[in-house]
Formats: sequence, C-alpha cells, structure tokens
Amino acid sequence: MIRVESLTARYGETLVLQGLNFHAAEGELIGLLGPNGSGKTTLLHCLSRVVPLNTGKVVVLGRDLNAYSARELARVEASVPQRLEISFPFKCIEVVLMGRYPYQREFGTNSEDDLSKAMEAMRLTDTLDLAQRRINEISGGEAQRVIIARALAQEAAVMLLDEATANLDVSHKIQMFDLFAEMNQRGRTFICAMHDLNLAALYCQRLIFLKDGQINIDGPTLKTFTGESLSNIYETEVKIIEHPDTGAPQAMFVPGKGSRQKAAGSGQQSGINVYV
Amino acid sequence: MPEEVKQSSSSLGELRSQLAASRRTFALALLALTLVSVLSIVAATGVGRLHFPWKTVIEAIGEGLGFLQSDTVERTPLLVVFDIRLSRVVLSFLVGSALGVAGSVFQGILRNPLADPFTIGVASGAAFGAALALAFGLGGTSYLGLGTIPLVALMGALGALSLVVMLGRVQGRVRRDTLILAGIVVATFLSALIALVKALDEEAVSAIVFWVMGSFQGRGWIHVGFSLPYLLLGLFLVLRLSRELDILTLGEVQARQLGVEVEKVRSHLLIGGSLLTAAAVSVSGVIGFVGLVIPHLVRMCLGATHQRLMIFSALLGGLALLWSDVVARTLLPGGEELPVGVVTALVGGPFFCLLLKRRKGGMILD
Repeated sequence: MIRVESLTARYGETLVLQGLNFHAAEGELIGLLGPNGSGKTTLLHCLSRVVPLNTGKVVVLGRDLNAYSARELARVEASVPQRLEISFPFKCIEVVLMGRYPYQREFGTNSEDDLSKAMEAMRLTDTLDLAQRRINEISGGEAQRVIIARALAQEAAVMLLDEATANLDVSHKIQMFDLFAEMNQRGRTFICAMHDLNLAALYCQRLIFLKDGQINIDGPTLKTFTGESLSNIYETEVKIIEHPDTGAPQAMFVPGKGSRQKAAGSGQQSGINVYV
Repeated sequence: MPEEVKQSSSSLGELRSQLAASRRTFALALLALTLVSVLSIVAATGVGRLHFPWKTVIEAIGEGLGFLQSDTVERTPLLVVFDIRLSRVVLSFLVGSALGVAGSVFQGILRNPLADPFTIGVASGAAFGAALALAFGLGGTSYLGLGTIPLVALMGALGALSLVVMLGRVQGRVRRDTLILAGIVVATFLSALIALVKALDEEAVSAIVFWVMGSFQGRGWIHVGFSLPYLLLGLFLVLRLSRELDILTLGEVQARQLGVEVEKVRSHLLIGGSLLTAAAVSVSGVIGFVGLVIPHLVRMCLGATHQRLMIFSALLGGLALLWSDVVARTLLPGGEELPVGVVTALVGGPFFCLLLKRRKGGMILD
C-alpha cells in the first residue's frame, strides 16, 4: 500500500529523516512511536507530500507519490494534524465539508451526497451536535474530533494521524480508536504517530519506533513493545505488565527516587475527601 | 440500540432543515441588500448642491441609460444627474465593492482578520506612482481621453505587488509571514518616497495629499470604464477560488493535505486581490477602512465562508463608500469637498473599535 524507500528529508541543513525503509500493507494499523523530535511528524508530512523528500521515494498504491495530482492524493490519503490553527469562525459542518473538496469540481458546491457523507462522518465521531457551532468557539478536544470527521469525509484508503487523539478525554480516546480499529477491520490502513504508548499497544498490530530520524525498531507489537526497547528508546526506565482483559503489553513508568518515597508515605496523611 | 439510532436520524433531519433555513436566510438577505443598493444608487444621485425633483432625477437616469426617449428632460439636469452624479455614484459603489472583496481575500490569504488591501503595499505603490506623475506635472495630461494618473497608479500598484512577492519568496515558496513583512517594508519605503516627492515639489503637495487621502472629485464614466475590466477580472479570479480560500485559512499544511494546490491558488488569489485593489486605487486614490471594516463586519454576521463573505463584502463595501462619498461632497458648505478617505476613516475608525469590543457578541445571522 505504502512503500518507503531510503527516504531522507531535511529542514535547511538539518537532516531530520535519514534512510527510512518500510512497507505498510493494506489494512495495517501501525503506531509510529518515538521521543519528541524523532521525526514522526516529518515522516507523516513526507507521506502526505507536505515536506518534499530529499532522496528516496514513496510509492502509494503502486504509484509514485509525485505522480498524483493534489486532489487525487487527497482522495487516497487523509491526514489529521497535530495542531489546529483555525482562527476564522467556520461552522463545524463547513469544516467537515472541506474534506469533500478533493471530489468537487471548480466552482463546485456541496452536493447532497457531500452533505450526507459529511454528516455520517460527524455521526461516527460524535460531533453531530456541534455541526452548527463555530469551530473557534468549541473546546480543543471537540475541534479535534471535528477534524477527524473531516478526514473520514475524505473517504481515503490511508489515514495518517498525527497525535489525533492527544487532546481528547479518555472516553473519546477509546471511542475514536474503537472506530479506527473497526474501519481498519474493513480494510482501511492507518499510520498513527502517538505519544500514548499504552493506547498504541492496545490498538496497533505493528509499531515503528523512530529515534533521531531513523527507524530503531519495526515489528509486531507483542515483539517490539518490551521494557528493554522502550527504556532504550525513551531513555527512561519502563516495565511491562499485561493488560488484565486483552493481554496487551502495557508500559509502567518507574519514577525517580525522590517521588517514590512521597508516594509510599502518602497513606497516613491523605484522607480521601468525597464531595457530594 | 434502536432508540439511539432513531434519535440520531432525527437530528440528521433537523440539521438538514437548519441548513436549508440558513440558505433561505442568506438568499433573503442577499435580495434585500441588492435592493437597498439599487435604491441607494438612485437616491444618492438625487443628493447634491443643485436640487432636482425626484421625477426629474429618475427620468434623467432613464434617459441616460437609454430607457427613455431623448429630450425627455432638459440638458442641465441630464448633465448633472446622469453624467456627473450617477457616474460618480456608480464609481464609488464599484470602488467600495472592490475594496470590500479585496479585503476579504487578503484577510483570508494572510490568515489575519486585521489585514486589508493595503497591508501588502499595493496601495502604496499606486500612491507613489500617482505622486510621481503629479510632481512631474502630468496631472493635466491625458491618454485616450483619460487622465494619466490612473494608468501610472495602476502600474505602481502592480509594480509594488511584484516587488513584495519577490521579497516574500523564501526557497521558491511564498510564505505568509514573510509576505506580510515584505509588504510592510515596501509600504513604509514607498511612503517615505512619497514624502520625499512632496518635500521636493511644493506645488504638487495639495494635489498629492488629496489623492493620497482618496477622492472621487471630477471622476466620470471614463473612470468607470477604465477600472471595470480590472475589477471584473479580479472578481472572476477570486470568486472562482472561494472554496480554496476557505481551506487556505486553515494553514498551508492542511490545505495541501486536503488537495489544494497551494502555490498556484495563492498566487491567483494574490493577483486577483491586487487587481481589485489596483482597479479601486487607480481611479480614487487610497481610501482606507472599507477593506478592513467591511469584511470583518460581514464575517461576524455571516461566518467565514468566503463565497458569502465576498458577495456581502462587495455589496456592503459599495454601500458604505457610496454614502461616504455623498457625505464627502455635501458636508462642507459652499461646494468645498472633503477627501472621501477622511470620511471613511472618521466613521470607520470608531466603528471598528466598537466591532472589536463587541466581538464576543456572537453572530447576528445564522
């Protein structure tokens, strides 16, 4: 589906990605992990042709990335950005309808079909109630879900998510990833840059760890999500336990010495106050 | 969960009817505003130092447009109402429309609701061209029956735009922040040059000042004919790309990911917006505040969709400038005229402050 061959990208003089090779098969749900500045966002931007490749190539659905027209590419790949910069008072439904742009002609207006698809995407992301609200007047998490709806409205085979659920509360995080997993079951391919290691381990079948612009580890979650590899990549001590229900590996972080005593001694002092 | 499915489907229908209602409101508002515009054009034609009965005014307009037989009205009212006043009223409406649309385009491209058609130096270029021409004594000369000033101003405007785009280009890409900076630099530099021209040639000062503040004094149908092609071309370019402009306001990265050809679209929009500005400035001088306040006001009322924003900014901008010009030519006793830019600034400034204060007030139409 997406083949990346010796991809190198740089910002000015700085080499951000060096010699990446991997292949994402159709229907995979891949977690892209790594510390800050490891190149996750840049990689996603290279895949969506926002950042030009320095060397190497990206092949999407058997076709070189550069052979696509702008609209064609947006029909194949949909992205959810990490940061939203919407300062103009668009209604949420208007923002979701922007996801239909790659299907519209010049001078185009929103057809009945576009409207139905936009509303379906909003229903799936639990944002239908926000349709008539202004995107700059709702919370960050709500806006994030509207943007996810916009990406769904693009009906693309590949979803590139950059911290797509970082702003969401726990229940919406799970709801969104359940949705992604369900779509993934039906054949959509996901590449998700994530900081939430445990969420990644719960949902992704395969993890790619980036470090300093290179692929450090790439493989099935069960084999790659180990205390050793995580400790090594994030340079902090990590222990792994099993999820009580699914058996997925979950990371437990080990605090520094100072805070450990505080937590242990807390039993006596801190009564729990419940406010009714 | 059949209950939940039922609930969501009913809210889907509700949303559909809300959207349809919003479209109806929009169409009604558009109709009303168009009507007000036409009535305003006629009404403004009746206002002036020489007073004519309304019947004569309407007949003069009818005859001038060729709807009525010639010789229906006398020569004097025909000349004053049709040739002098109507042409000026129409020109001020067109210039106001151009500035309103150009303002909404520049605010969108620069993703800054405080930008206006003059932020990127287009107007300063036009003003500099005009100042030079005035200083060289070309104010009285004409080409094809038209003053030299509009031509030189147009060249100045397009020259300044090219300079700003050239300066704003970083590694082959035009970037928003560098574009604003380049615009400010060019505008400041050109203002200094205008001041220099004024200092060197004291005779031309009053003409230059009047021009820089903007005025419709002595403008006629020939000026309408001169600016109309640029105005229409500019309008065509920007209206065609209104959806792309919507998406561009989300930033370059998201625009690319949604399938917009960012470079191409943005340069077309820049050229279109600049043509509109140049079409306005070259015949009227530099008139401030219309291009800033009007799109801002419309966005607060109607939301950010650029198709609506542009259409309503055109009508409201036209209306605002039309009535400002009526004030400019009738306020002072004894036939003296104010530069219309003074009126728009005096009214627009406080009004804009009021808008900013009321910002939290939400949308008026929905």
